[in-house]
Amino acid sequence: MSAPLKLRRSMLFLPGSNAAMLSTAYVFKPDCIMFDLEDAVSLREKDSARLLVFHTLKLPVYSRVETVVRINSLSTPFGLTDLEAVVRAGVDVVRLPKTDTADDVHALEAEVERIETDCGRAVGSTKLMAAIESAAGVVNALAIATASKRMIGIALAGFDYVMDMQTERGDGSELFYARCAVLHAARYAKIDAFDVVFSDVNDDAGFLKEVELIKRLGFNGKSLINPRQIDLLHNAFAPTEEEVDYARRVVQAAETAESKGLGVISLGGKMIDAPIVAHARLVIARANASGLRT
Amino acid sequence: MNASITARFAAAEIAGLQGFSGVTASAPYLGSRQEKYGRKVANSLEDAIRASGLKSGMTISFHHGFREGDKTINLVVGRLAEMGFRDLTLAPSSLLACNFPLIEHIKSGVIRRIYTSGMRGKLADAISHGLMEEPIHIHSHGGRVHLMDRGELAVDVAFLGVSTADEFGNANAVSGRSRCGSLGYAMVDASRAKTVVLLAEELVPYPNMPASIRQDQVDLIVKVSEIGDPAKISIGAARMTSNPRELLIAKLAADVMEHAGYFEDGFSMQTGTGGSATATARYLEQKMRKKGIKAGFALGGITGSIVELHRKGLVGRILDTQSFDAVAADSLATSPEHWEISTNFYANLTSKAAAVDRVDMVILSALEIDLDFNVNVITGSNGVMLGASGGHSDTAAGANLAIVVGPLIRSRIPTVVKRCTTIVTPGETIGAVVTDHGIAVNPNRPEVAARLTAAGLPVIPIDDLYAQAVSLTGEPRPVEFLDKVVGVIRYRDGSVIDVVRQAAG
Amino acid sequence: MKIVREALAGTLESSDLMVRIAPRDDELEIVLQSEVIQQFGAQIEAVVRDTLAKLGIFAGLIVIEDKGALDCVVRARLQTAVQRGVDAWTADWSALS
Repeated sequence: MSAPLKLRRSMLFLPGSNAAMLSTAYVFKPDCIMFDLEDAVSLREKDSARLLVFHTLKLPVYSRVETVVRINSLSTPFGLTDLEAVVRAGVDVVRLPKTDTADDVHALEAEVERIETDCGRAVGSTKLMAAIESAAGVVNALAIATASKRMIGIALAGFDYVMDMQTERGDGSELFYARCAVLHAARYAKIDAFDVVFSDVNDDAGFLKEVELIKRLGFNGKSLINPRQIDLLHNAFAPTEEEVDYARRVVQAAETAESKGLGVISLGGKMIDAPIVAHARLVIARANASGLRT
Repeated sequence: MNASITARFAAAEIAGLQGFSGVTASAPYLGSRQEKYGRKVANSLEDAIRASGLKSGMTISFHHGFREGDKTINLVVGRLAEMGFRDLTLAPSSLLACNFPLIEHIKSGVIRRIYTSGMRGKLADAISHGLMEEPIHIHSHGGRVHLMDRGELAVDVAFLGVSTADEFGNANAVSGRSRCGSLGYAMVDASRAKTVVLLAEELVPYPNMPASIRQDQVDLIVKVSEIGDPAKISIGAARMTSNPRELLIAKLAADVMEHAGYFEDGFSMQTGTGGSATATARYLEQKMRKKGIKAGFALGGITGSIVELHRKGLVGRILDTQSFDAVAADSLATSPEHWEISTNFYANLTSKAAAVDRVDMVILSALEIDLDFNVNVITGSNGVMLGASGGHSDTAAGANLAIVVGPLIRSRIPTVVKRCTTIVTPGETIGAVVTDHGIAVNPNRPEVAARLTAAGLPVIPIDDLYAQAVSLTGEPRPVEFLDKVVGVIRYRDGSVIDVVRQAAG
Repeated sequence: MKIVREALAGTLESSDLMVRIAPRDDELEIVLQSEVIQQFGAQIEAVVRDTLAKLGIFAGLIVIEDKGALDCVVRARLQTAVQRGVDAWTADWSALS
């Protein structure tokens, strides 16, 4: 049995300055919790949010969920201090905003490595992800995705991107190229890809429609701004009972064929290709990790 | 006088019986049409009070159907104070924050003793800090009726606010202007008090139907300008929520209801009024539809979310002791299967039958629940009384499964504690506690634990919930109290289950 | 480090706290108001003293209005206030833990 699949379907945004939310958000059990020190925090509160997140990350309850911190860009007066705080506090993943080039990642990685050495944290244990928020970022997505062994994912951030593209959010067609580009870069680099936030928390139907689209495209998950969206998202990503039944039969047939030394796998008279078997194994792994759709 | 009738009796001379002496001899009001129709209607509240025979030292009662919008209790007690009454026992079905003017009447000696389901706000604060010489008695809704029936709580005069009454006393609160819906609390007083005075907002033509309170129970009727503000019924207790943490708890509570073993066609439930409890009803809808079942009835305090299920055909009948919002009050007025019931019918253990004994599952709130599943719904973290016993212990005892819901921590205060500050409901009657950190099942319900675990729900020992709470908050120091007893917690059978001592802080 | 000016940090929202600090010549004065003072007053004060000691702050007026914050929030808000009120912030990260 291989290790359980690490799911990153939901990445819940929390403003780094909100004490009440920071100390309770883990109960919603998102796959990742992302503390935000960047856009959700006003300039006046950058220092207090940083210290709040620094201490929150050390709470034992946060050792059971993957933690991500969106730091301020290293070109701001806050970025490097943010990084000092969160790497020392043991964050799992640092999320770099507004990533335009692979060099942005290289610069981040160098600082991370210095801090790890400085504070006695295992070098390489701090993972990275990059948010792509501009035309430049989309064009350089592949270079960004492959810029470091620490990279676990890239995320598309919609608002800045559409502004840079001189358009606005609409039915999703405005994101079509960016989504595909980010996704291909992530798949090539064998890391995860995250879609944009869906900001109308009261529009469940619209949210699910977008989830259906990005799941079909191949995204691993989505950034979320309201805990209520977590269950909807997880359920939409969970395989159905029929899908799992079929996947089990495919895997069974593959194992039978292998034990008999047959080169050809067949199920119900149909030929089964190797990619179908691989996909079936993924479906089962997802079901084991997430449960079935309800 | 009919002379021939008088002569017949005189001739027969039946020993010990009184002879007929005219139609109006025992019913003088039949002598005039105005008297016949209007003899119970008083011109003013003072007149009604004087006519009621109330004397200092007696017991008066009220209903709290308007909760924070009540305008009857303060009005009547204020008038009694002006008229010079003293040493009264006040026995409303409950008291709320709006009743703070009573503080002055306690200080001045108008009110000497109190029986109530609960208290809030400044009044509760003052009493917790030793305002009264005699401790107040906190009873459950069912327990109140029990105390009346066994004679301890003998109400001399009940002052009952109603939105409409006719001049004979047929009254309800589903018609007229200020409608609180069910008069479930008041129905008990109407049938038990020695004298029943209605404070009616509107006098309507006879016969006023439906008659929640009936003409054969009522002594006096007085018209008042306003009995209460229905918009304030839901303040403090019953509310809808969009709080994600409350929704998370509600969803888990609905999961527990689905899998605990009672989710079958025709099941019955009471969902209560807290944020999580109200939201639970919404999650239940999907589950009922998916399984293709309906609830037979819903009981107790009724909110719009239960009415919504009823309108959708998912709850057959509603048995309503208190309508918690305008939607519930309107439904009581219009739906033929939405029934008003008294708290005797609802929850009294010495009633000839109590509806709580027919409930499969009840959702309850808690300020504290301890490692033995005992529940406190009265005293807050500083030892001050701020809640109400309500139907908590009644439904917990009667229901097949009582489910307590609440966040594990409120700011820094753990809900799961080692020992409750005050015990209102004994732990043996609580089946499960649902928090945002997981579910604990009472060890006396192993079959429930097994079913929930089999359904993949996060069931953990209550000790683990406690450990999680204090790992975040630190170990709370026990609240300090002075020696004086300020409150006696009466269990539904009248026994004393706990006392509340004077708050130190 | 030395507190040289008045400074504020935090909020009065539930689960948070407001910290106000001001210079004092040679004494530490802590004024603590808390919604949970009965259960946690002593623990909060211990956290406040420990946090200040690690920062080398031995003089100042510290006024805290607590709305049921967890210890980690108390530390964060207090450290922020100090950071805003000292002449030069020289604390090492290890002094903040």
